[in-house]
Amino acid sequence: MREITYRQALNEALAEELERDTDVFLMGEEVAEYQGAYKVSAGLLQRFGPKRIIDTPISENGFAGLGIGAAMVGLRPIIEFMTFSFSLVAFDQVVNNAPNMFMMSGGQFNIPITFRGPNGPAHQLAATHSHATENFYASVPGLKVCTPATPRDAKGLLKTAVRDDNPVLVLEAELLYSSKGMVEPPDEELLIPLGKAEVKREGSDVTVVCYAQTVPVALKVAAQLEEEDISAEVIDLRSIKPLDELAIFGSIAKTHRVVVVEQDHPFCGIGAEICYRIQKNIFDALDAPVLRVSQEDVPMPYNEHLEHAVLPNAEKLIAAVKQVCYA
Amino acid sequence: MQPVEQRDEVEMLSLMLLIRRFEERASQQYQAQKIGGFCHLYIGQEAVVTGAIAAVRSDDYVITAYRDHGHALARGTSANACMAELFGKKTGCSRGLGGSMHFFDKKHHLYGGHAIVAAHVPLAVGLAFAIKYRGEDRVTLCFFGDGAINQGSFHEALNLAALYRLPIIFICENNLFAMGTSVKRSTSLKQIVDRAEGYDIPGEIVDGMNFREVRDKVAEVADSIRKESHPAFLEVRTYRYRGHSMSDPASYRTKQELEKYRLDDPIIRLRAQLTREGKLTNEQFDQLDKRAKETVLASVKFAEESPELPAEELYDYVYFDGAKP
Repeated sequence: MREITYRQALNEALAEELERDTDVFLMGEEVAEYQGAYKVSAGLLQRFGPKRIIDTPISENGFAGLGIGAAMVGLRPIIEFMTFSFSLVAFDQVVNNAPNMFMMSGGQFNIPITFRGPNGPAHQLAATHSHATENFYASVPGLKVCTPATPRDAKGLLKTAVRDDNPVLVLEAELLYSSKGMVEPPDEELLIPLGKAEVKREGSDVTVVCYAQTVPVALKVAAQLEEEDISAEVIDLRSIKPLDELAIFGSIAKTHRVVVVEQDHPFCGIGAEICYRIQKNIFDALDAPVLRVSQEDVPMPYNEHLEHAVLPNAEKLIAAVKQVCYA
Repeated sequence: MQPVEQRDEVEMLSLMLLIRRFEERASQQYQAQKIGGFCHLYIGQEAVVTGAIAAVRSDDYVITAYRDHGHALARGTSANACMAELFGKKTGCSRGLGGSMHFFDKKHHLYGGHAIVAAHVPLAVGLAFAIKYRGEDRVTLCFFGDGAINQGSFHEALNLAALYRLPIIFICENNLFAMGTSVKRSTSLKQIVDRAEGYDIPGEIVDGMNFREVRDKVAEVADSIRKESHPAFLEVRTYRYRGHSMSDPASYRTKQELEKYRLDDPIIRLRAQLTREGKLTNEQFDQLDKRAKETVLASVKFAEESPELPAEELYDYVYFDGAKP
């Protein structure tokens, strides 16, 4: 194991999959000559050439559709959205074409495509550039959605996504690109299955379910609560769809208390689905109502302290955990 | 499927008849409520797809919009599989899961059947991208209506095809109406073909009621593309005799206008050309028509007798690996 950044981990995943399979290509805005808006594709043009690392005009609907068409005849495109906020311009392609094709064609055409890029609020980017899109896309049958929070998960999930025969969205955490973590050496194949959560910290008093940018928040809060004699178990979903509900139930069977901390909005957010499943499947194990911490239900303001007030931050999570622990 | 020179024109006339008779029968079955959803008929436009398909190879890629029955039949999908799809049966070309607007046939390189106006034009560019990526000499035929040319995805797709010099023929089937809105009321251009010029794509106007003209023009363009990859645009002027869909009485146009086009009917026209040249007798034509009608009647019987997919198999068509999130 060695320590690398989330950005490097993604870069390694791309390079390894491009190297492994010539049907894989990377396309998007500024991915080639500019070396990536967030430098995730740095060096790939030099290594794989312009045939496989392809700059596009600002034309998300067009190049998302191009990727889907190429996937219909067996290529395995990786389409980068500079941010998933921009994927909304290509919503029709991502929602109406990619996941519907398999059903609509009676099983003749699966779409082995990966859509990837940063997702979720970053820092003071205001309303149009701060979308957490996971709940939009997870509600669409035929799509798979994953949300890596660590360099190891970023590498392993992206590689798995590229090899999947269905459309997969890899929603990267914009704020975590420079974060560091331990990852297997490059000569060791790292594949992390979609639909498998991971216990990021063990605990016995309360379960905190989190993903993407809420994982570091949850870990920080868990460390803090330890000092107050509250032992929190932190479960990183890693994939939103398929959802590893058994990992959640297993932890609740032990702790009997749970808080879901999500980076999207509360109305029809990821937490709503998880709460429904918890009460349906493991109601009798609960010692307290399930709580959710999410963004406030408002468009994202630019002002820094207001942005903080909107986000699912540590203070809100601590309050929620104490509430379910009656502490 | 033979390339253009070898494909017999009588056979192509027979294909046009098959499409015509299929659509007439589909209309009747729709009225009898054997067919659900939306149903858009191709009657009047037969020479466009027949001419274009006659000009290309069987391994070239074809993709179109929702008025797609003729495209599937021309590509080689059986009348049985087409009718069964309209009936929602398991034996349909999309197993009864797509319906009228979503005909797919992988074996015959038909990539749909797409029902969001112009949303398939970027897909077509992706098919062409794959051809160039793999260094093949195929061509993609992308059909769409005049209603598609004001959508953003159409413009983005044309720009990408031109930027990357992709092997694709954009075939605009200009039947003068996007649903009930005439081209004059929807498009700020003197002629649709001028859209291509905006993207530096060579474009031409073709008489879509004339099988030979469509075939020869598509053949010429496809030939040029196979020599050196590039996009091309054809505005093929045609006319649909029926309304936009089954529920449309087409009151936005006059009887006189329809009659004018009916006199220029593509089937009558090719028949007259062949008769004049001594390649077809009246008896032979009647024989072809009889055969087309019989094929279509048999397809109705086939569709009626075919099974439906059971509900237990629904989830087999969501993810390729059968994952159930």
